[in-house]
Amino acid sequence: MNAPNAAGWRPAMGVAGETRSATSSGDYGLMLEEALSFELGSADKCGVDLEKTRREPASGLTRFLRKAAPALPGLTEPETVRHYTRLSRQNYAIDLGPFPLGSCTMKHNPRLNEKMARLPGFADVHPLQPQKTVEGALEVIEQLADWLITLTGMASVAMSPKAGAHGELCGLLCIRAALDARGETRDIVLVPESAHGTNPATAAFAGFKVESIPATPAGRVDVEALKAKLGPNVAGVMITNPNTCGLFEPDMHEIADAVHAAGGYVYCDGANFNAIVGKVRPGDLGVDAMHINLHKTFSTPHGGGGPGAGPVVLSEALAPFAPLPFVTRGADGCIHLVEEENRGEGHDQAFGRMVAFHGQMGMFTRALTYILSHGADGLRQVAEDAVLNANYVLRSCEDLLPAPFADSGPCMHEALFSDAGLAEGFSTLDIAKGLIDEGFHPMTVYFPLVVKGAMLVEPTETESKAGLDRFIASLRSLAERAKGGDESLHSAPYYAPRRRLDETLAARKPILVWQGNPTESGTPSLSEIGGS
Amino acid sequence: MRYLPLTPADRASMLETIGVGGIDDLFVDVPAQARLAGPIDGLPAHASEMAVERHMTSLAAKNLSAGSVPFFLGAGAYRHHVPASVDHLIQRGEFLTAYTPYQPEIAQGTLQVLFEFQTQVARLFGTDIANASMYDGSTACWEAILMAARVTRKGRAVLSGGLHPHYGEVVRTMAKFTKDDIVSLAPELAADPDDNAVIASIDDATSCVVVQYPDVLGRIPDLAAIADAAHAKGALLVAVVTEPVALGLIEAPGVLGADIVVGEGQSLGVGLQFGGPYLGLFGCREKFVRQMPGRLCGQTVDAEGRRGFVLTLSTREQHIRREKATSNICTNSGLCALAFSIHLTLLGGEGLARLAAVNHARAQATFERLARIPGVTLLNAAYFNEATVILPRDAREVVRDLADRQVLGGVSLGRLFPVADGLHNALLVAATETTTDDDIEAFATALETVLVGVPG
Repeated sequence: MNAPNAAGWRPAMGVAGETRSATSSGDYGLMLEEALSFELGSADKCGVDLEKTRREPASGLTRFLRKAAPALPGLTEPETVRHYTRLSRQNYAIDLGPFPLGSCTMKHNPRLNEKMARLPGFADVHPLQPQKTVEGALEVIEQLADWLITLTGMASVAMSPKAGAHGELCGLLCIRAALDARGETRDIVLVPESAHGTNPATAAFAGFKVESIPATPAGRVDVEALKAKLGPNVAGVMITNPNTCGLFEPDMHEIADAVHAAGGYVYCDGANFNAIVGKVRPGDLGVDAMHINLHKTFSTPHGGGGPGAGPVVLSEALAPFAPLPFVTRGADGCIHLVEEENRGEGHDQAFGRMVAFHGQMGMFTRALTYILSHGADGLRQVAEDAVLNANYVLRSCEDLLPAPFADSGPCMHEALFSDAGLAEGFSTLDIAKGLIDEGFHPMTVYFPLVVKGAMLVEPTETESKAGLDRFIASLRSLAERAKGGDESLHSAPYYAPRRRLDETLAARKPILVWQGNPTESGTPSLSEIGGS
Repeated sequence: MRYLPLTPADRASMLETIGVGGIDDLFVDVPAQARLAGPIDGLPAHASEMAVERHMTSLAAKNLSAGSVPFFLGAGAYRHHVPASVDHLIQRGEFLTAYTPYQPEIAQGTLQVLFEFQTQVARLFGTDIANASMYDGSTACWEAILMAARVTRKGRAVLSGGLHPHYGEVVRTMAKFTKDDIVSLAPELAADPDDNAVIASIDDATSCVVVQYPDVLGRIPDLAAIADAAHAKGALLVAVVTEPVALGLIEAPGVLGADIVVGEGQSLGVGLQFGGPYLGLFGCREKFVRQMPGRLCGQTVDAEGRRGFVLTLSTREQHIRREKATSNICTNSGLCALAFSIHLTLLGGEGLARLAAVNHARAQATFERLARIPGVTLLNAAYFNEATVILPRDAREVVRDLADRQVLGGVSLGRLFPVADGLHNALLVAATETTTDDDIEAFATALETVLVGVPG
């Protein structure tokens, strides 16, 4: 629920000891079970009215024709709408309550952004239309690029990467291309051990060897250890700032100077840009490349796992190597789309192409709408409120849950706790699953790896104080129960659509597709979907 | 600011709880010289919903939307009718504003959708299994090549000349850095695809051959013959499908022997969107499952024995395996997968077959009419809903001339293959169920006009 105001309404508590009997349907009021679409549909149902063509296929096609239609049952529109609406109700979402997943920046998704992305002038435009029929689309890309460059204080931006990890790849390939242009074959990338898993995976994906850098007891990059690793084979470093412990790396400039002096480049993982947008420009810290998750800082919806978008801002040194296509405003004041065909227009050093077409246009329109709504002042307020909310959670819980780096000062946009000090046998997982019963999405758990039983709480700026107070009260209550050895926590959640799921079974004998007979239709038995 | 719930009083009281005097005390770790004193100069301040809507609407109005004119573009992105319920359902906040389903007890909606999606893709492609989506078709194509190298322990991939040139560019760009050996066959203007050249290029060092089906010129390769040739040399066949609607009419690649099938799912549910976000589809043989990239959703049971779903086999993935992961992909195309899945659920297999038949019939009507224009010939021996026509002059100019007449008349091969010789007079034309008789006539009439005076 939304948090109540000062009038102080609270939900009535359930009656202890009430008895519930099983229902014959397997549903319980608004707790609705739903079968798989394949168990509901049939081959003779369709939710789309299509004319029956009277033409025979062209003779050239005859030998390629399939023998039978794909084995997929159909559903009519009312059945389809009901199927997905019922399924949707088994999801938690930001629209329902706080979703404090650390490093994921789950903030409110303004609905104006959705409306704008659906304007036919954006949504119903083909990527290969002649340029003069898509000038508005190119202008969206150019305007967003201009904001991203200005907000980060960088020289240029590559817009096409499809998500954060894809942006990391883009940045590392720019570094590789710059080294190639210098005739150097450096093959090592330094990555702090606290980094998000995509960093080392991306470095390997781009053909680099990964060497790890330790963290200091204060949760920062060990600058001396980093400097000791620099040398003629080091292509660069990947640093997350603010880092995955929710802390700013105060030595960023010193690190950048040392890396540059050793001939390397600085990649900054911008996943946590929300903490500093409008307050700090990464370009002022010596960064050469940084991806920006539009689906985090600029609030394009996560959609249950994407799509994202990961534009990469670049320094003067790396800008010439940005991949195609590239949208740029020329000296004539007109916007140009540079593709393979006309790469001679200042982009002959582009390292290649990362995607078909132009990147995540639908995310660009949403992000630009978000940015224009906030403006320079609003974005600065976003960072301040995000940091304020995180510190409020940190200071409101640190007496009960150890906060390993809290003594060294404030956190940025996320508060990090450890499960040290819980009763024997209790861990982060119990707190997380308990939060589900309390009506919240859990925080990020067991990440970063440098903290035992890490709990990383990122409230974001779109939570109200009253909402945070409710969350804090629940977190404190769970910490007390876990310290007191409340065994019932081990079996939480009790009130979710499902109890704890057997992940070991899923991995041991993977069932990745429905295995029923597609030609038969009908309703599944209750036992198949678990009704009792 | 309408999106920020904290009031000035809230902020003051929270700062007091934290025990600091002001907000800047929370940014003390930022070196003073890097801290900005106020909002960045030269940028506008916040704006009302009405003002922003006005600005964005004016930008949208500068574009010629596909639905407002006769429209015949394809080349890897197709304009299909998306039922209204699809867009309504993907805007349910429980789907739209959820994260990757890391807490399965409260993400069964997303997880069950992914399980259904994986099943739909596998059945459409004729593969044993499929994953929970990739970014798009082009990146899925590169991931398939990497996976084939892991499976075969060989590193030489052959790309058919019929592969979408953007896909080929993505592969060559990535291979430049990973040092994989890529053999790219040149596109050729022939009535049939380059099956023989592909087969001739397979040697014992080949990890896979990559063949688009139908290919970028709309021709249909003989996948079964290529699969046999590849398997005889210990190589895999990677089939690439950029128009999944075609699989309502022509045989599934997996049935014809493809080992990995990747594709672009944009045609179903997603829309054109100027090129993104789109939806990478990825299916393969079950025995390769531990080499697959991307998320996988699997069936299991909960503590009470009820069926449920979880993300599984994550030991392949970056958050567990770090630099040894099968891919660096994290966020994928979840909401686009949902849209695809809803559209395909509405259609069912029979509906998809009917939709495909209508597409082919509209293409037949289009090419019969275009072929009546003096100087215009159809290249393809076979096609589904897209084919190549040869014009008497450079198709890039023709496309621009047609746009001047408010007709979006296809994609010139000169734009797609700027460095290849001999393709410049070729125009790639697609028709779908959205193409009307009036559209075809308007296109043909405009084409006749812009070709007048050009010797045939």
